[in-house]
This record gives sequence, C-alpha cells and structure tokens, in this order.
Amino acid sequence: MSTIIKLENIVKRFYEGQENELEILHGISLEVEEGEFVAIVGPSGSGKSTLMNMIGVLDRPTSGTYILDGINVGDADDSELSEIRNQKIGFVFQTYNLISKTNAQKNIELPMLYSGTDRNTRVKRAKELLELVEMGDRAKHLPEELSGGQKQRVAIARAMANDPAIILADEPTGALDSKTGRLVMDLFHKLNKEKHKTIVLITHSNELASETDRIISIKDGNIVDIKEGKKVKNENTNISNENTGNNENNENNVNNNIIETLNNDNLENETTKQNEEIIKEINVKIDDSTTDESENDEKNEESSNNQNNENGE
Amino acid sequence: MLLWENIVLAINSLLSNKMRALLTMLGIIIGIGSVIAIITVGDSLTLSVSENMQSMGANDVYVMVQRKSEEEEESNIDGVKFGSFNSSEGMTEDDYLTEDMIKEMCNKFKDDIYAVNLQYSAGQSQIEFGKNTANVNVSGVTAGYFITNEISLVSGRMFSGEEFSEGKNAIIVSDKLVNKLFDGDNRKALGSILEVNVNNQVSAYSIIGIYEYQQKYAMGMALGSGDNVTTDLYMPLKAALSLTHSKNAYPYAQIITKVGVNSDELAERIKNFYAPYYRNNRVAEVNAITMSSMVTMLTDMLSTITLAISIVAGIALVVGGIGVMNIMLVSITERTREIGTRKALGAKNSSIRTQFIVEAMIICLIGGIFGVILGVGGGIIASHLLGYPAKPSVSGIFISLLFSMSIGVFFGYYPANKAAKMNPIDALRYE
Repeated sequence: MSTIIKLENIVKRFYEGQENELEILHGISLEVEEGEFVAIVGPSGSGKSTLMNMIGVLDRPTSGTYILDGINVGDADDSELSEIRNQKIGFVFQTYNLISKTNAQKNIELPMLYSGTDRNTRVKRAKELLELVEMGDRAKHLPEELSGGQKQRVAIARAMANDPAIILADEPTGALDSKTGRLVMDLFHKLNKEKHKTIVLITHSNELASETDRIISIKDGNIVDIKEGKKVKNENTNISNENTGNNENNENNVNNNIIETLNNDNLENETTKQNEEIIKEINVKIDDSTTDESENDEKNEESSNNQNNENGE
Repeated sequence: MLLWENIVLAINSLLSNKMRALLTMLGIIIGIGSVIAIITVGDSLTLSVSENMQSMGANDVYVMVQRKSEEEEESNIDGVKFGSFNSSEGMTEDDYLTEDMIKEMCNKFKDDIYAVNLQYSAGQSQIEFGKNTANVNVSGVTAGYFITNEISLVSGRMFSGEEFSEGKNAIIVSDKLVNKLFDGDNRKALGSILEVNVNNQVSAYSIIGIYEYQQKYAMGMALGSGDNVTTDLYMPLKAALSLTHSKNAYPYAQIITKVGVNSDELAERIKNFYAPYYRNNRVAEVNAITMSSMVTMLTDMLSTITLAISIVAGIALVVGGIGVMNIMLVSITERTREIGTRKALGAKNSSIRTQFIVEAMIICLIGGIFGVILGVGGGIIASHLLGYPAKPSVSGIFISLLFSMSIGVFFGYYPANKAAKMNPIDALRYE
C-alpha cells in the first residue's frame, strides 16, 4: 500500500495581491493511502470545495506541493493537468453532470475518448462498467430518460472508465432521496472493496462520512479533526461487529489526529526551516502508522468476510 | 479526439435544436444560394451572349461615328465604353460618314474589304392595317445586310439590285408582323401596301418579302418575346433616306473583311484613316472595333457585374457567419456546465476548441449544401426565365462550400476558443 494523495502545506488564496485578497486554505497537509475510503466533511464555506478542486487537479494551489500517484501536480501545465484528470481521477458530481443528448454508454466512453482509446475497447469497457453498476440494460438510454439514482450510477461508471487512481465524489447523494442515496453509497463501498479504489468523498453529512475509513473535518480552511469511521464494508455487514479487534487501529488514528492537528498548528503559525524538519519527522511517523493501519485493514476485511460467510450460513 | 466523434457530436447537437439550427443556417443558405445563383446566371449569360455575338461574324469591323471622348486616349480598345454607342448627343448628320468617305475607304483598303453594309435607322413607326397595328423599327439597309446578319426569308424575295440602287419603295417585314396584321397569311401579306409613318413623314411601301424573326440580344438581355414585340422593317437604304429626307450620311458601317485579314489591325487602320477627316470636328470622331473585341469587352463586363453582385451576396454570407458566431456563443454559454464536465473528465483545451469549431463548420457546411441546392435551382430557373441555357458552375459550387466551411472555422474560432479557455471550476459551478 502506498500513498496516493499527498498534500503538503497547501495554501490557496484568491484575488492575490488585490485589496480583497482571500485565503481559503491555510496550509493543508493530508495523505490518503491507496485503497482508502476517506470522507472530507465540513460546513459550507469551510474550504472543502476548494480542497476538492485541489485534489481533483481542477485548480492549482497558491503554494504547497501536491503529489498524486507519484506525479508532482505543481509542475504540470494545463494540458498535462487535463491528462492527469483523465488518467488519475474519476469525478462524481452532486448534479451527475452527464452530457445531455448523449446516451449512457457514450457518456461512459467519454473519458476514454479523451485518452485516445480505440473504439472497440471503449465500447467493451463501457459495457463492462454498465454491468458493474447494474445498468447494463440502460446503455442506450439518454440521461433525461434515467432517474436520479440511475444517472449517478452511470456517472460513477464514467468515473471508473480510465481506471483512475482515485474517485473524487462531491456530495454524490446530495440530490438523491435517502433510499437511492443509500444505493449509491453501497456502490462506492463495492468499488472500494472489490476494485480497491481509493475514494475521496466530500460531504456535509456526518452520517455518510461515518461509513468511511477516515473522516477529515475541515473548518475555516484548516483540518480540524481526523477520526476513524465506522467502516461499513458492505450492506450485509453488521456495523457493530466491525469494532471488534480495532482497538489498536483506533489508537493509531488518535495519534494521527494529534499529529495532524499539531502539524496544522505549526504550519499556520510560522514556516521556518525548523518547522519543516519537524513536519518531515511527523510525516515519517504518519507513514509508519498508516502502514500499521492498512495491515489492520486487511485483517478487518478478512474478519468481516468471515463474518459474512457466517451470516450467509 | 477523433474527428468523426466530433462530427457525430455536432450533428446530435444540431438535431437537438432543429429550429435554432435552421435559423442559424438560413444566413449561410441565403448567402451561398445567392452567390451560386448569380454565378450560374452570369455564366449562362456570358456563354450565350458570346456565342451569339460570335455567330454574327467575329471578323467584321464596325465603323461608327461617336462623340469625341474627353480624353484623347482612344487607341485602347478597352477604353471604349459600351454606352458610347448611343451617345450621339450633340452630333448632327453633318458629322456622319458620307458616301464619298466610305467609297474612299473602300478604295484604300480594297485588298482587305469584301463588302460594306450600311444601315440607317429611320426611326420607330406604328403601322396600321385594317384594325390591326404593329410596332416596327424602320431600317434602311444595303445588300450585304441580310447575309451578315443571317436573316433568312420564309416567303417572298430579296430586294433586287435595281431596288437598292434606285431606292424603290419595297419592304421586307417579319413573320411576327404578318401574324399581327395579316393573321399569319403570308400570301395575303406579300404585295400588300403598308403606310409607314416616321416622324410624320409618310410613304407607302409594298411588301416583297417576309423574314423569320429571331429573338435579339443586347447587353446580355433578351429583348422581348411574344407577339407584341417591335420588329425590324427593312427597306433599301435610299428609300429610308428619302423617307425622312435625310442626307446620304451614315453614323455606322459594317465592314465584312476578306478571308485571312486581321480584322483588329484593319480596325486600327480604318480609325487612323478617318482621323484626319475629323481632326477639326469638335464633337465627333470615328471609331472602329471588331466583333471579337466587342465580345471580349462584353464578357469582361458581364464577369465584372457578376463579381460585383457576388460580392454583395458574399456580404450576406458574412452576415450569416456572424449569425453562426452569435449562436455558437449562446450555445457555449448554455453548455458551460458540459464544458466544465468535459474538462473534468480530461478534455484538453484543444479538444474543446475542436469540438466547437467542428460544430460551427458543420452548421456552415449543411447550410452551404442547402444553399447550393437553392442557388443552382434558382439559377436554372432564372436562366430559363431569361431564355438562356443554364450552366451551373461546378468550381463555383466547390469554392462556395469550401468558403462556407472556412466561414465556419473563422466565425467558430472565437466562441470555440472562449469555451476552450473556460476555467473548469467556474464552468462546473455555472448555473
């Protein structure tokens, strides 16, 4: 397991150098491991959308470095950013953002079209993905002929098209009723578990966030809290069973939280060389601890699988 | 991104908004249609006019007395304006060529000149016979006139040598006139006496021949058709002169050259020959041109007119292009979110730009195709109405289609570039 998202001291200012200069992100450092399902929560105006834009490579930070799947995003020009978005990121939007007048299958083909995938592969892959999201019979349907939940499932399939490193979901259930929202969340869990996709979920719902591995709370442009989620792995799993054998993991997370908050405090106050050294040390610690965590994750998965089997019997 | 995908995308986008697409195309359709129609009509005219004039004898030299031009630069044949044929303003019979002057010319150039046709237009007349009337132009002609102008008789006979030399009151009329005055009965017409009144000078003439009327062309326009047309009534030259009590003076002479004579050169020499006669004449001078140079002049003029009208029609095309640009700007504003989504999915700026340029090009191309259909159809109809064989210009059609596509690129570039440069975040958030 390796680090897939590495944000280091990300600062974003708007209207730089003007009177109305506005600093939205005050130096955020964050790491997400491969295969992790994290939630970024925060009230509106907290800077979580800006953070999402940073993670989604839709915008560049004013300062700080962002390494996505080993690529330093800061060095990339517009065209390379497009390529990174195309290859590394699958977007899922609150408003689905399917291209109108274009059927479900063609919508899913779109990212592959931009990456220059040949027609046969595109069609084959799109059909596979439609099956994956259980929309195989709706390939030729136009977005306006689909319900909200169906649209979002097509959008998720589209996000998966180029087998991206991360799926970035911005309030994916925000426009859905709770029942369809549930189905969409289950789909994310399925992708996370079966396809080992790294998923970053941006939401203002603590309930949804609590289903993920890690909940990152943002307020006023700072990470204020990172805590362990309930880890609902799939719809059949009883949530209460999940907590068994997770004590060690929780401790790690607590450490993590402390380090992260410490980290942020340092960054916010001053950025001297000394501080940077401290950050490096801390990051090393984080790396260590997350490795432990991921090992635990595997154990958890094994145990939950066993439980599933037992439940099934 | 593949071109084909872009084309499919563009067509889908147009189909999803058919009315708007049609209205947008309308400018292009009208622009291309009018250009093609004008070119088609222009080409047809040029072709048939030149064919017509060539058939009248390309090697003939026309000598005419005309107003002295303000500039002395008369050697350049292209400098002769067509309008000057009729600019006899301020000239009197005294300025015209006399019989002696024509004889002297014939002697001087006897190796080159085969025959000289003189024509005198006495004027217009309305002829009454019984209850019927017909309008005619009264022309006095010499023997060669009917040969060089390829006028053939359908009934009766030619003027005899005696009739020419004595100026007897014999006339040859058109079959149209016979239709009007004698209900098409040639036998009844032949030998009938008609009173011809030109400027209140009246004389009686007997019909000796009937010729077949042919539609005349002048300045590329067909002059009249149907039974009410004014036809020519021919009489011996001397008879026409005596009818109006005119002197033996001619504003115009048609010279038929011998075989192998360079008529352009002869025209120049004749002009120079007459120059001393008119040196002291403040009003008039003699000009000589050949039919072939007249054809060149006329076709050049027609081409210029065609080009000029095409440019005006081309302006319609440009206006159409602006319409396309306008609708593309509306379209990208409407589709801001789509553009944002595409960018989030990894579309490069160039892909977005190509997408919208292709869309603008497709609008213009489809508009262009409709325009060509409309233009060729309109051109054929217009040509037929003018009485010419239609000749749609294939190169014109191709150039028009290419031009309309380049209009698409030109007017599509700005909106497409605007779309390409959109900030993905703003575009995604656009409501």
